[in-house]
Amino acid sequence: MSTHPVIPRRPPAPPEPPPVSLTIDGQQVDVPAGTTLLDACHRQQIDTPTLCYSDVLEPAAACRVCVVEVEGSRTLVPSCARKVEDGMVVQTNSERVRHSRRMVLELLGSSVDMSYASSEIIDWTQRYEADPDRYGEAARTVEQPAKIDNALYMRDYSRCITCYKCVDACGEQAQNTFAITVAGRGFEAGVSTEYDVALGDSACVFCGNCIAVCPTGAIMFSSEHQLREEGLWDEDVQEVTRTVCSFCGVGCNLELHVQDNRIVKVTSPQDHEVTSGHLCIKGRFGYDYVQNLPDPMTTPIDDVLAAARASGRDGGPTR
Amino acid sequence: MDLTFSDAEPTAAERAVIDGLLGAPDSVWTGAEQRSEQDLRVARTGRSRERRDELLPAFDAVQSAIGWISEGALMHICRQLGVPPAEAYGVATFYELLSVTEQPPRVLHVCDDVGCRGFGGTELIAGVEEHFGPEGAVVQTSDGESATWHRSPCIGQCDRAPACYAQLAGTDDAVLVETGTDEAVAVLTGSSPGGAPDVLPPQVEGMRLLRRVGVVDPTDLDAYRDAGGYAALRRAVELGPDRVIEEVKASGLRGRGGAAFPAHVKWSAVAAHAEGPRYLICNADESEPGTFKDRTIMEGDPFALIEAMTIAGFAVGAEQGYIYIRGEYPIATARLRGAMQAARTAGMLGEDVLGEGFSFDIDLRRGQGAYICGEETALMNSIEGYRGEPRSKPPFPTDVGLFGRPTVVNNVETLVNVLPILEEGGAAFARIGTDDSTGTRLFCLSGAVDTPGVYEVESGMILRDLISLAGGEPAQVSAVLLGGAAGAFVGPGDLDLPLTFEDARSAGLGLGSGVVMVFGPSADLGDATTRIARFFRDESCGQCVPCRVGTVRVEEALGRFLAAGPRANGAGTRERRLIEELDLVMKDASICGLGHTAGTAIRSALDLGLLGKSEVPA
Repeated sequence: MSTHPVIPRRPPAPPEPPPVSLTIDGQQVDVPAGTTLLDACHRQQIDTPTLCYSDVLEPAAACRVCVVEVEGSRTLVPSCARKVEDGMVVQTNSERVRHSRRMVLELLGSSVDMSYASSEIIDWTQRYEADPDRYGEAARTVEQPAKIDNALYMRDYSRCITCYKCVDACGEQAQNTFAITVAGRGFEAGVSTEYDVALGDSACVFCGNCIAVCPTGAIMFSSEHQLREEGLWDEDVQEVTRTVCSFCGVGCNLELHVQDNRIVKVTSPQDHEVTSGHLCIKGRFGYDYVQNLPDPMTTPIDDVLAAARASGRDGGPTR
Repeated sequence: MDLTFSDAEPTAAERAVIDGLLGAPDSVWTGAEQRSEQDLRVARTGRSRERRDELLPAFDAVQSAIGWISEGALMHICRQLGVPPAEAYGVATFYELLSVTEQPPRVLHVCDDVGCRGFGGTELIAGVEEHFGPEGAVVQTSDGESATWHRSPCIGQCDRAPACYAQLAGTDDAVLVETGTDEAVAVLTGSSPGGAPDVLPPQVEGMRLLRRVGVVDPTDLDAYRDAGGYAALRRAVELGPDRVIEEVKASGLRGRGGAAFPAHVKWSAVAAHAEGPRYLICNADESEPGTFKDRTIMEGDPFALIEAMTIAGFAVGAEQGYIYIRGEYPIATARLRGAMQAARTAGMLGEDVLGEGFSFDIDLRRGQGAYICGEETALMNSIEGYRGEPRSKPPFPTDVGLFGRPTVVNNVETLVNVLPILEEGGAAFARIGTDDSTGTRLFCLSGAVDTPGVYEVESGMILRDLISLAGGEPAQVSAVLLGGAAGAFVGPGDLDLPLTFEDARSAGLGLGSGVVMVFGPSADLGDATTRIARFFRDESCGQCVPCRVGTVRVEEALGRFLAAGPRANGAGTRERRLIEELDLVMKDASICGLGHTAGTAIRSALDLGLLGKSEVPA
């Protein structure tokens, strides 16, 4: 008697809900139900600034730079979090929208060191004519000493915009480690371990997923930080090589960022179905063995630094 | 989830307090001292997070007994509840009344908010400072203890300014009213326990909500019943849930917390959800500067709130209610706890209420010093054991509320209005007041009036008459703060405003939580607006950028405006324009009502010329 296992038939896919029809900047748009306004804007090629948004995390809707005007709504709405509704009339470039986006960029620019922020953030600052300097030199900032308490990464909360991404990636949205939290309240709210203990004394497993999602360089590879400090970080000469992590059989894809023939940081593509951009400590930091260095624990960065200096390169002002 | 704890251990006293509340841990995995045989075989991993909502009560217990939350105490709580230590630390540091650094067992919070500072508070602070040095300084007292003091935002005693709240570890917290320096010193040095007397609200004809306050013993259920108590609940049971909601609809009752939302809409929406559990929350986190009406009811007529909540729970099909009460209200907290216990014993709360076959019980949760927790979604996060940060809406609490379930959130005054609605019928209730603002309203009169207090008057009374009723002199009014710090100033030209939802709205104002704070001719409104700016800077939760940074920038710009003088080289105009731009982004782009209203009072003061006349910006 044969005992073939019964292979359950795949249940039929639920019927697609009818598309939702809305108007964005005067154009009628049909998008699938459940789409966010931000996705709908992207489908229309409308460049929409985002800071706390990430493709791989739930929207925190905290920075408010992606707000749009929805007819009938008393306040602007965050496009990252709001789902489309039939008949919505949306403005993405009204005076109110431009004002709020400009002010959010100004408020952050006047309180946080944004000099390592991505180039698109700098572009938005110009596009919305944000002028962080108009709040004066006495404007309060989040400036504070950088925390360097381990060999793998450094935390400089002078650069932190409190976007919640690192906390969410450390917690239940990716790593489930819960080493960091937002502590305090108001302007003093900031990312912290319990009782501000060093990362090594916290639950941190050094996966580096917080680094991967940080938009402003508030958490950074020590290697990148050292190169930036010396003015030698140079993305223009870096090569990025995609490969598969060799530590286990999961199949995480790695992107090795190589400067002067040395790996200076490791990322994973956000659209990779295995990792969604997240890695573990081995994939993220266990790369020295491929570089054949005499003392892999201590020298790789010295090596890069020496090579960079020897090349006479001046990375110029770091950004 | 694989939780990591440090080796920090609780002291014996901390362990006793925590285990007294949460129960003794039964495994090393939850913090027991001895490994049981079972522990050698089974590791408790993947802990459920069902007990997360006990986090804040556990912190409250440790803070109240020990005076601060040490790392060892926090770790023990986290082991017991399966909460990551970092997250718990994030929660503890959110609240003003919780301390994660060692502090003295006696901490006096001296109100320096708008309701006290111009009315004796400034002198009191000078007196306390003279005795104990600058705020935060630790002073050894003669009885071998230590003490300190801090400036505090409004603590809801504006009718009896200046006021203080004393956090006294190991003994009952105390409230001090009409405080002299000597009394403050006596409480800090341990020679007096402090305490505020009961108050009889000003007696006004036609009082309904306040009729028992100061008259009927608030600790005696029989006295409450003799005074008409529990007739409304019996009537509700006769009618059945649907008709109770019909009566509330017919009454036209609007929420008294500030948003003036029709009460029956929330009730119907929650009742319409096919599946339970559904929840009812009484928002008793009255923290709006200048507001003390809900405290007056809870201290003076606690059974009324218990009865009203039971009716609401019955009507919407909720078996569990929560009272979220602000931590600075120890007297109201004790009275409510007593009333809940008495009601339970008498079969009027718990399973099978009145033998009528429905269940309803109430859990009381103490806030720990965070204005934002009066925002309904922040309040729900706080109950659930998370940071009191507001949630994005939609979804609204009536669909996705406490623990993700349909939830009605009403404030104290809104709920107690249900009693007269059932006693006399919704239609009769609707005949009081105006078409859109039915019933009576409680107004909190404070400041430059002879008889400050809670006044219950018919909706529609004009502001001038209300001020006169409290012994104020309308001709001497320089400004009135209407609706609290989140409200707006009105000037002497606005005193004919009828106090209704609709009239206020068409004047671009709100009645908010019923604050009517009167400023006389000598009032320093620059000082008052500066304090309001600081209030919002302190109380912003910090989640969204417009509010977190915007409130700081408003405070800075207002400081420059006042320092420069409105006419100085256009500087006043520049700062005023900046404040308007900040107000707009906070209104348009903040997550919640705190940010939406953080700039309104300051803008209104500028618009009225209360801070000096400046050119209207181009």
